[in-house]
Amino acid sequence: MTRHRGRGMASINYPIGMNLGGDPSQALVHSNPSGKFTVALSSIDLGQGMKSVTRQICAETLGVPVEDVYVDTADSDTGPHCMGSFASRGTHRVGNAVMAAAREARGVMMEAAAEELEVNAADLETDGRGNIHVKGAPHRSISTKDVAIAAQFKQGKTISGRGIFLVPLSEVNPETGEMSPATCYAHACLVAEVDVDDETGEVAMVRMDSAYELGRALNPRLVEQQLVGGAWMGVSHALYETPEPYYPDPVHGPRDFVEYLMPGPGDICPHDIAVLERPAPDGPFGAKGPGEMCANPVLPAVANAIFNAVGVRIDDLPITPEKVLRAIKAQGGARPQARR
Amino acid sequence: MSKIPLQFRHNGRDVAIFVDGGTNLLVALRELIGDMTPKFGCGQGGCGTCSVLIDGELHLSCLTLAETVGGRSIETLDGMKQGPNLHPLQRAFADHFAAQCGYCTPGMLMAAKALLDRNPSPSRDEVVEAISGNICRCTGYEPIINAILAAAGGRVSA
Repeated sequence: MTRHRGRGMASINYPIGMNLGGDPSQALVHSNPSGKFTVALSSIDLGQGMKSVTRQICAETLGVPVEDVYVDTADSDTGPHCMGSFASRGTHRVGNAVMAAAREARGVMMEAAAEELEVNAADLETDGRGNIHVKGAPHRSISTKDVAIAAQFKQGKTISGRGIFLVPLSEVNPETGEMSPATCYAHACLVAEVDVDDETGEVAMVRMDSAYELGRALNPRLVEQQLVGGAWMGVSHALYETPEPYYPDPVHGPRDFVEYLMPGPGDICPHDIAVLERPAPDGPFGAKGPGEMCANPVLPAVANAIFNAVGVRIDDLPITPEKVLRAIKAQGGARPQARR
Repeated sequence: MSKIPLQFRHNGRDVAIFVDGGTNLLVALRELIGDMTPKFGCGQGGCGTCSVLIDGELHLSCLTLAETVGGRSIETLDGMKQGPNLHPLQRAFADHFAAQCGYCTPGMLMAAKALLDRNPSPSRDEVVEAISGNICRCTGYEPIINAILAAAGGRVSA
């Protein structure tokens, strides 16, 4: 028995959101008389951080502290329409919609403040700490709370804004048939190292090194947690999990968490991640978003690493010990490839 | 079927309930005590999110008959925070982004507490072993392991 070390890499070019345009999401922003703001969405936060990121985007656009923004989401009966949390579209699509809504709300807020301070709205600025003051004259100031109260009880104004983000529909070039599938691409490269046991066919993860280019990371810790957790899911898809281990007979499918194999805490490996920020021209504050591409490059990188280790090319996922062993037997033994 | 009277300690408080024979502890805690912190994941001991401590020992509440805990002391996540302050483990989980969707978190925290209560300075391998009965879909486990090690080492923000 020998354990063979192999290294493989994969690069991906990942389009953000659904292809060929459309793909709308809406957001509504309004202030409460307390001077706090509510963002209404029906976009779902599954734990990836949509609520945190849209909250940041709204606060930054309005010019108020992030503590003053509350995101109310996940009720499609009452929230404005969203296509959904998929296709790595949340930060980009929903973020843009929130930004548009917050911009409109900010316009009303500044008008209301101008009326209270008896100045021109164009001469006002926010300090990001909950106050609006005259440019160059910070003592001529009013809190966003007092503006909200004045708008509500005196001026009869709703400090609110509507936002939608809709990608223009792609046209077809009649000569070439060429279309524009996406406006925004994220990129990644991942190197995986594995040990392959040529007696059992088992593949053990040794380490991963990756670089992700995903526009501006609006919340770097959330980006990192997405990349760490997503890579685990990539390992799981590459080596462990499938609802149909013996397709097409569903009788042999896993029935529960005990039979549905996934890597446990003892099966993970060190993962070094570099995040490169190249702001997207059409992203909210330059963001693209991590999303699905956290998992995607792991699968081909692991398959390549297995080839590098023992010379077998498995093109059927997951790459189980049985498949590795059969392939090694079929080629008459392990054939380690050159290390690069 | 007649109801069975049952008394036990729940997070340091004496409670008394009537349960049907065959009721599992998870249902008793959630539906009769109103403690929603132990979660129902699989109902067959495969995921760990229903984990509670019984007399300080980690147990799967979905596989524990409620009537077997009479007179014993049950700890759940609901009793973990100390007054208004988070338990160091909870603080460490937040600091290390050890929760995403949060469904596994109650079980992870109870498994971690069971470990640190008996072994205040575990090795990484011991942490891995301690949470190996708990499934997480989001985090990739690494942030959870780091959070538990940080809590054990006292490296937790105030």
